[in-house]
Amino acid sequence: MSPSEAADQSARKAKDEDVLKPRKRVELAPGAPLMDIENATKIFGGLTAVSDITFTIPQNAIVSVIGPNGAGKTTFFNMLTGLYKPSMGRIVFLGKDVTGTRPDIITRMGVARTFQNIRLFGTMTALENVMVGQHTRMRAGVWGSILRTPRVRREEERVREIGREILAEVGMPKSSFDQLAINLSYGDQRRVEIARALASEPRLLLLDEPTAGMNPNESHQLTGLMRKLRDERDLSILLIEHDMKVVMDVSERVTVLDHGIKIAEGEPTAVRADPAVVEAYLGKQG
Amino acid sequence: MAIANPTDQAPSTKKYSLDSGIPPIVGKLAFLAIAIFAILMPFLFDPIAGFMDDSITALAFVIMALGLNVVVGFAGLLDLGYVAFFALGAYSVGWFASGFFADANVHIGVTGFITNIPGIHANFLIVLVAAMIVCMIGGVIIGLPTLRLRGDYIAIVTLAFGEIIRVFAVNGDQINLPFGESAKLTAGVNGITPVDQVQLPLPNFADPGIQLFQFGQLNLRPWYWFALTLVFITLFVVIRLRDSRLGRAWIALREDEVAAASMGVPLVKTKLYAYAVGAAIGGVSGAFQASYLSTVNADQFKFSFSIFVLAMVILGGLGSVWGVVVGALLLSLINSYLIPDIFRTVPKDLFGLDFELTDLGFGIFGFLLLIVMVLRPEGLVPERRRQIELHQDIDAGETSFEVRT
Repeated sequence: MSPSEAADQSARKAKDEDVLKPRKRVELAPGAPLMDIENATKIFGGLTAVSDITFTIPQNAIVSVIGPNGAGKTTFFNMLTGLYKPSMGRIVFLGKDVTGTRPDIITRMGVARTFQNIRLFGTMTALENVMVGQHTRMRAGVWGSILRTPRVRREEERVREIGREILAEVGMPKSSFDQLAINLSYGDQRRVEIARALASEPRLLLLDEPTAGMNPNESHQLTGLMRKLRDERDLSILLIEHDMKVVMDVSERVTVLDHGIKIAEGEPTAVRADPAVVEAYLGKQG
Repeated sequence: MAIANPTDQAPSTKKYSLDSGIPPIVGKLAFLAIAIFAILMPFLFDPIAGFMDDSITALAFVIMALGLNVVVGFAGLLDLGYVAFFALGAYSVGWFASGFFADANVHIGVTGFITNIPGIHANFLIVLVAAMIVCMIGGVIIGLPTLRLRGDYIAIVTLAFGEIIRVFAVNGDQINLPFGESAKLTAGVNGITPVDQVQLPLPNFADPGIQLFQFGQLNLRPWYWFALTLVFITLFVVIRLRDSRLGRAWIALREDEVAAASMGVPLVKTKLYAYAVGAAIGGVSGAFQASYLSTVNADQFKFSFSIFVLAMVILGGLGSVWGVVVGALLLSLINSYLIPDIFRTVPKDLFGLDFELTDLGFGIFGFLLLIVMVLRPEGLVPERRRQIELHQDIDAGETSFEVRT
């Protein structure tokens, strides 16, 4: 980075802080976990969807949760993002207990997610979707919006600008920025969803089957993107994935769920060889 | 070894766009032309004639419908009790701008003979602000219990809230307020009347023939212009809100609550804003109508009023600001001008009928609504996003066409 570029960046950062809500960055001790899940359990009526899972997400890491259909992966995700309140157990994020906290507050604290069945706002453009993602960073209220004060105007402009940057970062072509989300191809919709999640500047990004419906080439690109995001944006990624190639390729640690219970955990290669995992996926041998 | 998802190929077949194809300059010019016509229109009609009266009512309904559109159209929260805010706005006038509280003797910003009458008499502009505040509080109260509900359940709760307000209005003459001997909550079906006329801090252009800004029963023009000004302000407010951070949050919430919450949109706060803004606008219209009709009568606040305003919003185009304006003007004028004033002139024996056409008022009304809903379900001037949602479902075959028995 040349000195002028650095000056540029710090100038932009100053402008950012001026217009958008300042974000207090909680610094963790090196090695301290980003998120700590203790004995998380979710019971629906008589069905225990997730049972007693203890799980740690380190800083700056990519970890995966895998398991057969109906293993409770998405329920687990929904607990982490506040959509479900755990029946038992505790979730600690950035050193704070966030068990049962509302989803929008958890998002504001720095957890963002994508959905298994894409949930973009269909009649909004790609850019507008990413602008909604920046909701927590904006300040404009009712009066400011009606009067459209210079501050609100600058904020809108800045949010639009950042939206474009993020869309470019996830590899969207400029020509699709103003396309409605429903017009986009499946792969592009996935990308916009990731961009929308990134817009809240998360410390932890949860991706729910991001490569579903992608061809091998697109999957490969996405793996690259995940690594890039981890390194450049200094965040951790928790991945739910069916595509074993992606999981083995990108994850530092893999956790396997089956019937809501954690049956294995460890390095990808070790997990793959685990007889319990093979059994869960392929059935009992012999 | 990703498995191709069947939806993979689906989107590319049809491209949707928010662009209506009309260049913005055409829209702006059209608005300007209509605005100028609307401002000059009173000079075409007798200042005390029926059509002037109907136009003022229509403008009041436009404000009302624009307010309801914020709740139902923008935020997607079905509200069947919108009459509550008409009532609260009207009672704000009854309380703060009439001789109703006879024990009090408060005069704020008013001149003329009113200063000699006991009661609370605040200037109408102050009353407007009071009406907005009262209604916003009412909006938040109605909003809070509905926040955990969705869809139809919200509609039921709002309906009940509208009825509660009506029952309070009807029986308010039995409810004593803690100040003053004769202070009641409302005057029930007898109505609070008369109510103060609007007084604006404007120079009275002293043309004795026209008396441009002298509000009164014999000169309806100032009422018209005042209502028109309120319409323009309301339009400005709702358009600014629609195109703001809050407007985006409303669309997000309407499309997918789960996704919106997961993107950091606080559901409770965002919905309450919609209720409060919608309520405040309804209150403005209620206050205006109370002052214009010079009465606040519990009989005005019927459930059918809520449905009437909702019909305006849906007919015009849910979520579409311009559509709602068209819908409100149309239905209001059909209701108060076409059916009673024009159909009455149709001779009784024209179709060999034994009754007057005006007796069929509701029938004609319903028939017209039905026609529009069959031919243009998205409304007369559809909102693009809503239209896309509707057509997308049809394109995707998400309707129940396949269900045959």
